[in-house]
Amino acid sequence: MSIMTKRSTWALPYAIFLLLFVALPLIIIILYAFQDSSGNFTFGNFVKFFTDADAIGTFALSLEVAIENTIICILLGYPAAWILANRKLNRSTITVVLFIMPMWINALMRTLATAELFHMLGIQLGKGTLLVGMVYDYLPFMIYPIYNILNKMDKSYAEAASDLGATPWQVFWKVQVPLSMPGVVSGIMMVFMPTVSTFAISEFLTNNKIKLFGTIIQENINSSMWNYGAALSLVMLIIIGITSLLQDNKKEVNGVV
Amino acid sequence: MENKEYIIELNNISKSFGDKVILDDVSIKVKKGEFVTILGPSGCGKTTLLRLLAGFGQADKGEIKINGKDYTDIPPHERPVNTVFQRYALFPHLDVYENIAFGLKLQKVPAPEIDKCVRRVLKMVSMTDYEDRDVESLSGGQQQRVAIARAIANQPKVLLLDEPLAALDLKMRKDMQIELKEMHKKLGITFIYVTHDQEEALTLSDTIIVMNEGKIQQIGTPTDIYNEPQNSFVADFIGESNILNGTMIKDKLVEFVGHEFECIDEGFGENAPVDVVVRPEDIYIVRNLESAQFTATVKSCTFKGVHYEMYVDTDKGYELMIQDYNAFAPEQEVGLIIRPADIQVMHKERTCNTFEGEIVDETHVKFLDETFESLPLEGFKEGEKVQVQVDFSKVDLIDHVEDGMLEGDVHFIIYKGDHYHLTILTDEGYHIWVDTTDIWDKGDLVGINIAPADIKIVKCNEHND
Repeated sequence: MSIMTKRSTWALPYAIFLLLFVALPLIIIILYAFQDSSGNFTFGNFVKFFTDADAIGTFALSLEVAIENTIICILLGYPAAWILANRKLNRSTITVVLFIMPMWINALMRTLATAELFHMLGIQLGKGTLLVGMVYDYLPFMIYPIYNILNKMDKSYAEAASDLGATPWQVFWKVQVPLSMPGVVSGIMMVFMPTVSTFAISEFLTNNKIKLFGTIIQENINSSMWNYGAALSLVMLIIIGITSLLQDNKKEVNGVV
Repeated sequence: MENKEYIIELNNISKSFGDKVILDDVSIKVKKGEFVTILGPSGCGKTTLLRLLAGFGQADKGEIKINGKDYTDIPPHERPVNTVFQRYALFPHLDVYENIAFGLKLQKVPAPEIDKCVRRVLKMVSMTDYEDRDVESLSGGQQQRVAIARAIANQPKVLLLDEPLAALDLKMRKDMQIELKEMHKKLGITFIYVTHDQEEALTLSDTIIVMNEGKIQQIGTPTDIYNEPQNSFVADFIGESNILNGTMIKDKLVEFVGHEFECIDEGFGENAPVDVVVRPEDIYIVRNLESAQFTATVKSCTFKGVHYEMYVDTDKGYELMIQDYNAFAPEQEVGLIIRPADIQVMHKERTCNTFEGEIVDETHVKFLDETFESLPLEGFKEGEKVQVQVDFSKVDLIDHVEDGMLEGDVHFIIYKGDHYHLTILTDEGYHIWVDTTDIWDKGDLVGINIAPADIKIVKCNEHND
């Protein structure tokens, strides 16, 4: 009885879940990554990756596509979020929901539909269609955090700036943009990290002409190359880890959440 | 070139948000170098007025002139005024130095000059050596000082302050008041200060503008406003006061609390209903009953630090508040004396409720968007426009809102010695004034009824008040 009444015991199911589905798989990935197919300790998997020009090329391409996608999402998403958060330009929350709605639909379905659209229009699949599809998929994830922070921003900051002599353009660049940076950083996290590891989008939107890092991991694991696949996954995890560290620092610097 | 001595002229400013009138034909003139306070309860339109002056929002009607030039349609960044915001609005992504230098950098002032200026204003607000601090690490009072420093760094012609001390604790507020006053003297620029704190207004200002419900109630020096309030609202809002119904019998003779008093006011006519204000410290309380003008029984006596505050019941049944350095025990009979110069006589804004109405049929009249039963009407046509009068004391207020013809809430209360004078704001936005001996609180929801016999109907062309 005393165990049941202790509050910390309520967390037990979550602890078990975390252990089974997060910690354990991570440990297995790390173990596999440093083993050869017969279970001996080795750095061979990493040596193989870093000496394989093809694999490195795919890795670089993945990063390039992810960076391009993120930049396009910022360029399109920031103005969209700014318009949505501006009460003079947008008075209803319905428009906000319309922009956010694609987030509620399964990404695979949206991607298939986009591919079908390109077929219909007779557009050749390639890097262009890949980027269009990715931007379409991830744009809401960029708009939403930026919109959120702009919407909650105390309008007295903008008023104080214009009171001190800033033109509307200066108010935007010197006050609103710097204060909305935490939203942009969250947007980057939500767009950049998943695009690095994506494989379905490239498969459907380029007909597997362009292979991304996620695709290679998937192919290796599908062909039972568990150890090499695990090593590649670890490389990707490290990249994602580095980018998320970036976010934490940013937040502390700005002091605005 | 005309009116050169006025740095700010607001002419007939009106502003509404939706149906709600925030500012109703407000005109203000401010002299160069003055410390002007706009004083009023929350929602009186004072902040809106200040924002219009700063350029945030546009007046529906009226004209704003600064230094003789029309600024009505000029955006905020081109106006020669700077604002200290209520919640400071310091930029959290910049440090103290960069916050203060913000305006100067925009003006492309050379860096060494910015440096000098930032140091000068920081010294002025006693914040030297805080340049590199993060604004969010500062206390409320320090943020306040930085906000003031930022506003004066731009060397505005007029400094606008929107309740700048509201968020500080009492002790800090008192210190800042003195500093602000000194700063005003040193800078020599015009200060326009918005507050709801009457004591702050009396302490700081050269001129006080009292506002209520979007209208200016009185403009004057602190002593004028305190000693000669022009209406019962000002008297009640500024300081403590006894506000009483009275009758001006003739010049220099006024009747209130059931007695006649000599006074110094003239020109009200004979037997005119008036409001009378007597400050609690202006009633002399004595033991000797013979030498007094009237007598009273002490009801309660509370020590307030410097003085005692006493409530007394007068011989004719009025309650008065008295402040005196001597204590008088409860139940004690005392004599009271009021000197002629201490009696402030004011015109009544109204002597009864008057509404625009329309005859529905022989026994019904429509006003305040509602059809009321009345006594049989003669000599009126259906649909005729009339004026409806209802005495203050004939309006019934009831607890059960749903049993009333109208619903409303208690908006404003003045105690008049033997009854309360209430302003009721109906849900439709009309004002009804009520005299009652029942105790209501501000904000109470009430049902409102008017008996048929108490509805007085006057032909529109006949009435004259």
